[in-house]
Amino acid sequence: MAEIVLDKVSKQYPDGALAVSDVDLTIADGEFIILVGPSGCGKSTTLNMIAGLEDITSGELRIDGERVNERAPKDRDIAMVFQSYALYPHMTVRENMAFPLRLAKVDDKTVRAKVDEAARILDLTQHLDRRPSNLSGGQRQRVAMGRAIVRDPKAFLMDEPLSNLDAKLRVQMRTSVAKIQKKLGTTTVYVTHDQTEAMTLGDRVVVMRGGLVQQIGSPQFLYEQPVNLFVAGFIGSPSMNFVPARLENSSVSSPLGNFPLTDRIRTLLEDADAPREVIMGLRPEHFEDATLLDDTAMSGGATFESTVDVLESMGSDKFAYFTLEGEMATSAELEELAADAGASDLSADGTQIITRLSASSQAKEGHPARIWFDTDKIHLFDPHNGRNFTYAD
Amino acid sequence: MAAMTTGAKARWTLLDIIVVIYALVPVLWIVSLSFKTPATLTDGNFIPREWTLQNYADIFSTTTFLRALGNSIGIALISTLIAVVLGTMAAYAIARLEFPGKRALVGVSLLIAMFPQVSLVSPLFEMERSLGLFDTWPGLILPYITFALPLAIYTLSAFFREIPWELEKAAKMDGATPAQAFRRVIAPLAAPGVFTTAILVFIFCWNDFLFAISLTSTEASRTVPAALSFFTGSSQFEDPTGTISAAAVVITIPIIVFVLFFQRRIVAGLTSGAVKG
Repeated sequence: MAEIVLDKVSKQYPDGALAVSDVDLTIADGEFIILVGPSGCGKSTTLNMIAGLEDITSGELRIDGERVNERAPKDRDIAMVFQSYALYPHMTVRENMAFPLRLAKVDDKTVRAKVDEAARILDLTQHLDRRPSNLSGGQRQRVAMGRAIVRDPKAFLMDEPLSNLDAKLRVQMRTSVAKIQKKLGTTTVYVTHDQTEAMTLGDRVVVMRGGLVQQIGSPQFLYEQPVNLFVAGFIGSPSMNFVPARLENSSVSSPLGNFPLTDRIRTLLEDADAPREVIMGLRPEHFEDATLLDDTAMSGGATFESTVDVLESMGSDKFAYFTLEGEMATSAELEELAADAGASDLSADGTQIITRLSASSQAKEGHPARIWFDTDKIHLFDPHNGRNFTYAD
Repeated sequence: MAAMTTGAKARWTLLDIIVVIYALVPVLWIVSLSFKTPATLTDGNFIPREWTLQNYADIFSTTTFLRALGNSIGIALISTLIAVVLGTMAAYAIARLEFPGKRALVGVSLLIAMFPQVSLVSPLFEMERSLGLFDTWPGLILPYITFALPLAIYTLSAFFREIPWELEKAAKMDGATPAQAFRRVIAPLAAPGVFTTAILVFIFCWNDFLFAISLTSTEASRTVPAALSFFTGSSQFEDPTGTISAAAVVITIPIIVFVLFFQRRIVAGLTSGAVKG
């Protein structure tokens, strides 16, 4: 177990491409930290640099206070779980899990005891003599975990370990990964492109984009206080709604109507010296069917009326989709997020808004509905650099 | 297969028999010749009228054939061993590493494979004579390795490319040195490729006639294919066909043994090689 410190760590490839730029990160002993971002954001490169599989171009990596930049992976005492599991196909499950111990020249008795212990934790005992090719995806994933935990490394590195599993198993394994990590208390760095995994697993989440760290914080903090447009759009599912908005003397005009700014937001905007044209963001759960609210509840927000395009009833909630006429919010960050979600070629007329309403809402597809939203929960972003004016530490 | 009709089955059987006959008739003919007496050698019967083991007794009674057999086995085994070891290392580097001149190296090795060997015989003859390699084992082993290496590198690099790189990274993370990762993870997985290559290289060295006849002059290093051409009958009026046939049958046996032995390894390797998921 150990503290891992990344001190201005950068990775530049020989062709000049900067994969990771000046990452500063202190991972506390026993912490579960998630690196998340769209593909190509440098999260895997960062992980590989911690592992020692890629050289660090500049900066310093310290494990337990010792500089390890120049150490080979085997001398860093770190275990890694790969996306493809990378099990040795010519060895049985037992041999796979014992491999790191054999290399470390541990005596047979200890090897047997440790493998049995790991197999018990991971529920693999009855599979110990099988080969990886005869195991299911979930079992292979557990063997890969087992190989990592048998030797009590200083840290675990996990490179999208669940992305090859089907959806149901992924949720199951997610919980067991979290449990095992809590039980062992080993420092863990986990890479994923799935924001749900990031939100549910980590003590802290590091959002990366284009080799740069965007924001580091607890999942809840990132959700409530995204530092910029990119983090706001990336964290949360369904994601935050974005519409263009115009600030006029302490009120906002937007496709969702005109409404006054709350005091909290006005103070923040004044400090931030915001321009007049901004992008407004609002999460789906901050909308509600206006017919369900009384006047006191309505007073803290504004309403708009529109036709429900699609209504999805989840049982516990209803998701209502609206299309707002008029121009869409545009920025480099939003385009990148859309491209990552594979939605960049979906040409929609107007802005699509997703709202989460109570299950008791009477809204119907194809019928107009009056929707209330909480004006104190809005985020206002700079359309040029994506900065969140309403961000407060 | 179970659902196959009798008609389809009959057609397949017929086709199989035709293919097998086409492939085996010349071989069986040689076998038949090797058991015939000199008198019935040219009678054209497929099954010998008079069986004799005299031809086999003849080839083993002189040192010519035995020496040649020893030379063949020794030279082919040594060449195969060296070519496979070098080829494995080269192929591994080609499959895994980006280094300057990689394309040139692959291109040149392909060039060697394309070069007509007959055009190299005269220069090789001159070079080996001045180097003192003519009519020695190394004099044959060296050119065999040269011509077997491109083949070995090509076959093996295809095998190495199929091994997921992450296995090597995993081995490194598990605490292996690069040498340990290669020996304990990569090499066992590449084994089927190594054995396939070994068979191909061995057959190439074993069957070579051109170099064997040109670069040797005495029994010191003459291999069986070359030695066969020096067979004579018991008198100059007698045709050595019977003894040549017997020798041809005998030298086929090591190849069959070699292939059968490694074939088991190839099958074992392939089944355990199922990776990923």
